[in-house]
Formats: sequence, structure tokens, C-alpha cells
Amino acid sequence: MSTAFTSIHAGPAPPVPARPSAVGRTMLATVALAVVFGLAARVVELRPIELFRDIGNIGVFLRGYLHPSFGNVGEYAWQCVVTLCIALWGTVLALLVSVPLGLLGARNLSPHPLVYFAARRLMDVLRAVNEFVFALMFVTAVGLGPFAGMLALGIHTGGVLGKLLSETIESVDPGQVEGVAAVGAGRLQVIAFGVVPQVLPNFLSYVLLRLESDIRSASVIGMVGGGGIGFYLWDTIRSFKDGEAATVILLIVAMVMCIDVVSARVRRAAI
Amino acid sequence: MVADRSPAVTLDAVGKVFAGKAVPALDDLSAVIEPGQFVAVIGKSGAGKTTLLRCLSRAALVTRGAIRFDQTDLARLRGAALRAHRTRVGMIYQQFNLVRRLSVVDNVLIGRLGRLRGWARWAALAHHFDRHQREIAFRCLDHVGLLDRVWQRTDTLSGGEQQRVAIAKILAQEPTVVLADEPVASLDLSNGRLVMQTLRRVASAVGITVIATLHHVELARSYADRILGLKGGRLVFDGSPSQLTDAALFEIFGEFEAEPAGRGHGERLGELAAS
Repeated sequence: MSTAFTSIHAGPAPPVPARPSAVGRTMLATVALAVVFGLAARVVELRPIELFRDIGNIGVFLRGYLHPSFGNVGEYAWQCVVTLCIALWGTVLALLVSVPLGLLGARNLSPHPLVYFAARRLMDVLRAVNEFVFALMFVTAVGLGPFAGMLALGIHTGGVLGKLLSETIESVDPGQVEGVAAVGAGRLQVIAFGVVPQVLPNFLSYVLLRLESDIRSASVIGMVGGGGIGFYLWDTIRSFKDGEAATVILLIVAMVMCIDVVSARVRRAAI
Repeated sequence: MVADRSPAVTLDAVGKVFAGKAVPALDDLSAVIEPGQFVAVIGKSGAGKTTLLRCLSRAALVTRGAIRFDQTDLARLRGAALRAHRTRVGMIYQQFNLVRRLSVVDNVLIGRLGRLRGWARWAALAHHFDRHQREIAFRCLDHVGLLDRVWQRTDTLSGGEQQRVAIAKILAQEPTVVLADEPVASLDLSNGRLVMQTLRRVASAVGITVIATLHHVELARSYADRILGLKGGRLVFDGSPSQLTDAALFEIFGEFEAEPAGRGHGERLGELAAS
């Protein structure tokens, strides 16, 4: 059937300008990626065949873990609570670190490019240094125990959350900020009214995600003397108490699962 | 609400050239806007309307001539004096620029921020305003007929309602000059008329100067006391709505540009019309 549109659709095709070709660039990128990943495979000694040949050894190792022993389960459970507390206060410390750093490290709020640069680099350092390294440092300062672990987690996570915060701030709608600044509001007022309401939901969700991952980190930070269940994890594995180690691992898995469920609930309720 | 007297706004041979551009955005613009006038600035896109408004709000600096509010040269304003200037200039934006996640009343209270002194400035950082400030906000909302929306989140309101909240925010701010950049361009015609009516009514009630850019000539005609026509950054018309004749409109807007037609489409669409 011929519609009125046929007169547009039919007829000779108009001369279309040549489509720019991307073949060369795609090929170059493919070759470059292949080279990078090929070299990286050599470096990590990627030998999948050995994994399958010797897979039985893992079975031997795991057999010891099939019979968890619950003799010390009360102590282990208590250390799980300690671990949770380390993560909770670590996250509080992280907030104290990240909010000022995040504000100063956001290009659209920073009072001066030098301040921006300094805040960004400081956050880089906090993120680059692993929480375990910080834990070793704080253990020498405040001694073995959960306080050192909490400080280490808080400082490292402060760098992570600070970067996330500054990037969230940089992506706010500038119109809404301008609408506040235009009434003659001061810098802090512009932040409180123009920026905070825009970044709060995202930032909250980042904080909860980091709290989850801090609980996982806190469960091993005891290995380096930072308190919590990690000490027993390290101790039982190292002294070949397979049954005990199995109990510790079970408790950690149960705790992380519980936290994931709870935090998903909280995030849905809060945001 | 009695406003401070509006200043006489003087444009003295104003020119603005953006860095790296050969053609000036504003070129030798002179006019004196009397206190209390409702001025519409009309012109095609790119004629310099928004640039003029940005210079008046001191979001941009002029590169030639001067803009004066009474005797104060805007180019001289720095720091605290600049913030004080912003407090005295109310801005209305095409996209409203309200904080969308805050409640309606909080957005109106934002208008008070520049007026707070002492302890109240600090309390406001926690979004706390004393009773007196809150009552001002309620009255301003009542004045634009939106008191029933006071606790709602601002992004749940329609565009027309949000623009009226922006007007309530201006009322709370007590400026002496209102600058409105395409205040109704993102609204439908009837909401646009309602917003213009509200703006006109509050401006007359308080007696403050309003300078609004409008691309809708009919709205300019119905609500403005005075119309400035810009073309290529130059002032080509300055007069009352009744003086805005067809000849003057032609001078401002020029001819309609022809639609760029593809090869042979003319004939084929001709066939279409014939069939």
C-alpha cells in the first residue's frame, strides 16, 4: 500500500557524506591490549594446567576443615563482636577524615587550586597505603589491639570516602548551587544548602558500602595485631589447628552474610 | 514588606567581548532604567540578552563602559561587597535553580540567607531558622498562592509552581532589583502567563525594578513597561510596548531564515501536497 510517506522513502538515495573510518584505531587498540595482557600473563606465571593437575592437594588441605571444633566458639564469637566494633568506629573516623578532605578536594568548592591539589594528593596517599600497613604503624604507636585496627581502617577508608565525596560534589547540578549563591549566601551556607542535599543520598550509600567492606577488612586486620577475630584466624591456621580455623572461618562468613543483608535493608530504608 | 528603594540602573556604553571571540557579545549599550520599571529584553538567540543579565548580576564583568547601580560601579565590587550586591539582586532562572531535594519552605528560606546576622547565620547551617524567619517564608509562599505546598519536596512540583516558589524566594530575599533570565521559556503558555502575572503583581506591589529577558514578544508586550530590543549585541530598540511596531520587530528579529532543504525535497514535498 502506498502512503504519503512513500514519496519521501522512495526515490534515489541522496549522496551521503563518507562515514569516518575507525578500523585503524580499533585494530591498534586490540593489538595494544593483547600485548599488555600477554605480558601480564607471563608476569603472574599463569599456568592453568598445573591448577588442574594438582587440584587434589587442595582436597587434602580442605579435609582437615571438614570437622570444625566448637570448643572455643564463645571466645571466637566475642572476637567477631570486637571486629564489628572496630569497623563501626573505623567508619566514624573515616567520616571525620573524609568530609573535610572531600570538600577541599572538590574542584568546584576548593578555595584555591593548591588546596585542591594538596587534599587530592593526601587522599591518594591514604588510599594507596593499605590498611594493614597503617595497622603495623599504629600498633607501634598505641600497642596491639582493636584501637590500632580501628585507627588503621579509619585512616585508609577516610581516603577512599574522601575521594568518592569529592567526585560526587564535582558532579552536582551547578544551577542549584548558583541559585543559593545568588542570594548572597556565604561559602558555608552555599555548601549546606546547595551541595549537601544533592550529595547526601549518594554519599550515604558509599558510606554503607564501605562499612560493609570495613567489616571484611576488620576480620583479618587482627593478623597484624589490630585486634578482632583476625588474630585467631591467623593463629589457628599457622599452628595447623584445622578444626578451630574452620570454626573461625564459618563465623566470619556468617557475620559477613548477616552484615550484607542488614546493610542492604538499611540502604533501601535510608535512600 | 517595604523594599529599599530600587537603584537607577545605568548602562554606560557597555561592551563585552569574550576571550578568544572577535565579535563582541555586547556592543556600546546605553540606557538608564528608572527605579520600579518592568523592563523586557527581547532579541534572537545569541543577541546578547543572557550576557547582559549576567553582567547585571555581576556573574560576568563588562569589558567596556560600566554598569552602575545608583553610583556604585559593579566592576569595583569584591568579596563582602559583592555578596551584599547579590543579596540586593534577586535572580530568576529559566531552569528555576531551586534545590530540588529540599522542601518548598527551605527553598524560600534560602532567600533569607544573605539577610541573617550573628548567631542565626550559624544556626542556618544546620537548616535551622527562627520563628520570625519561618513566618516570613510562610507569608511569601502565601503571597504566590503556594502555601499548601509548603512541606512538599520541591522536585514534586510542576515547572510553573517551581517558578512561583522562586518568586516567593525573591520576596523573602527583599532585593531591590530582580533579574529574570527567560523566566517562562521552559513553561507552557498558560503557566508562563501565570508566572509573568505573579512576577508583575509582586513587582508592582513592592515597587522594585524587574529586568527580564523574554523571547516571547507577546509576553513582553503584555507585561513590560519598557522593552529593550537587542540584535548582535547592540541596542536597536528602546521604547514602550505600544512603540513596538512591526517595523521595530523586523529590525530586532530580521527575516525568518529559510529551512535548509535537501536536494529535491522541495519538489517531492510539493508532490505530497498535491496528492
